Amino acid sequence: MNKMKTRFQVLYNYRHLIKQLVTKDIKLKYRRSFLGYVWSVLNPLMVMVVMYLVFSHMFRFEVENYPAYLIIGQTLFTFMTEATNQAIFSITGNGPLLKKVYVPKYVFTLSKVTSSLVNLLFSMGAMIIVFIITRVQFSWAMLFFPVILMEIYIFSLGLGLFLAEAAVFFRDIQYIYNVLTTAWMYLTPIFYPMEQLPEVMQKAISIFNPMYQYITQFRTIVLEQTLPSITDVAYGFGIAFVFLFFGSWAFIRKQDDFILYI
Amino acid sequence: MDNKKTVIEVSDATVRFNRASQQVNNLKEYVIKALKKELMFQEFLALQDVNLQVRQGEAWGIVGTNGSGKSTLLKLICGILRPYKGTIYVEGKIAPLIELGAGFDGELTARENVLLNGTLMGYSEKLMKEKFEEIVEFAELQNFLDMPIKNYSSGMAARLGFSVATMVQPDILICDEVLSVGDYKFQEKCEGRMRNMLASGTTLLYVSHSVESVKKICDHALWLDRGRVKMSGKVMDVCATYMSC
Repeated sequence: MNKMKTRFQVLYNYRHLIKQLVTKDIKLKYRRSFLGYVWSVLNPLMVMVVMYLVFSHMFRFEVENYPAYLIIGQTLFTFMTEATNQAIFSITGNGPLLKKVYVPKYVFTLSKVTSSLVNLLFSMGAMIIVFIITRVQFSWAMLFFPVILMEIYIFSLGLGLFLAEAAVFFRDIQYIYNVLTTAWMYLTPIFYPMEQLPEVMQKAISIFNPMYQYITQFRTIVLEQTLPSITDVAYGFGIAFVFLFFGSWAFIRKQDDFILYI
Repeated sequence: MDNKKTVIEVSDATVRFNRASQQVNNLKEYVIKALKKELMFQEFLALQDVNLQVRQGEAWGIVGTNGSGKSTLLKLICGILRPYKGTIYVEGKIAPLIELGAGFDGELTARENVLLNGTLMGYSEKLMKEKFEEIVEFAELQNFLDMPIKNYSSGMAARLGFSVATMVQPDILICDEVLSVGDYKFQEKCEGRMRNMLASGTTLLYVSHSVESVKKICDHALWLDRGRVKMSGKVMDVCATYMSC
């Protein structure tokens, strides 16, 4: 317990560094680009339009307010992949620095996932534009969104810590993970409705795919204007914390050896 | 001298590297090597049973040839490396100058990098903003503040790095051959600052290939040779023996 307390103390002491690292990522992301931060909104919007055109003309799915359905799934899933992909390189990429200054190593993973979260907040601007255009009815239930983002954030952080640790010892992780996220994307009802799948798949996805959980919760508050059921939220947080627990456990267990491999 | 408390104590420290692991960092090779049972640990001891006791206010020079473990010892004391055997005890705030500007990001401007680098050393943003003028003044880079660091010369980056790292007086200053890039005038300025710190109670660990500068700054010295302590004691005695062989 005491050990936990010191860990949180250390984390608190490094809050300035985390803030600096996150600001750095955000600043550098669009530096020298003409439109700057506008890209954070424009990019998801344009991708959504392409997907909308493809999937409403080439393949037809019966989904009400398809653009809103699409952009919710796409934005949340992109956040998760971006956060974890950044996390993979958070330790190996900062190798030269970690060899010269003592810094708790998870600070880098944490700040990468956090800067992806800030990016997500920017791209929610795109969501809002789509909601307005498609006349989504605004309701109080929407204010529940920070809770859902929290679930995804914790989940991605846990997964990110695990991947960052694994990538130090096996650089192959980055390639394998790339394939995995592609498969994962198709196994998540982002651009198709869940009902398209055979029953067995539906069952498997709703249990084993936390991203489906999070996206569905978000769709519930926006498209159905009601709060998600308490069991769904509890389940979402449950999975998120399991990932966070195992991720940090794997990370802390090996972190003293990182220096020998980076 | 003896009544001063010990601020750094390294006892029987051994650092082990795995020479073989350099090549195995992907899954395929790991599996192949594991199957062939070649995953043997080829150990390499960068430091062996090193003992060092530094009291508050002492200035230790560490000398030795390339690869003798000088930097490894400093990294051990900073907490970057963990000893394989033995213990390290350090008391107080360390300012590590293992490489000047190690935390600089080439894309950021000097102004932004000062903040980043300061927080990297655990200082608060507020403090960095307060000290900003002082840092820039010492580095003499007033005209280049909004330029990305990647356009800096190595000397300029080193100036800024030294200036940031030493703006708050640390309890322990660790300096690894970092002054060699700056010009003569700046080197003197840095030495001056180091001496001021020493005078007001900072402990110094100093690595340099220039025995002259070790003699000038330090009062004690440690001679490492292939990971073992060859000699330690008063700077004049150690340097004399080191030079004579």
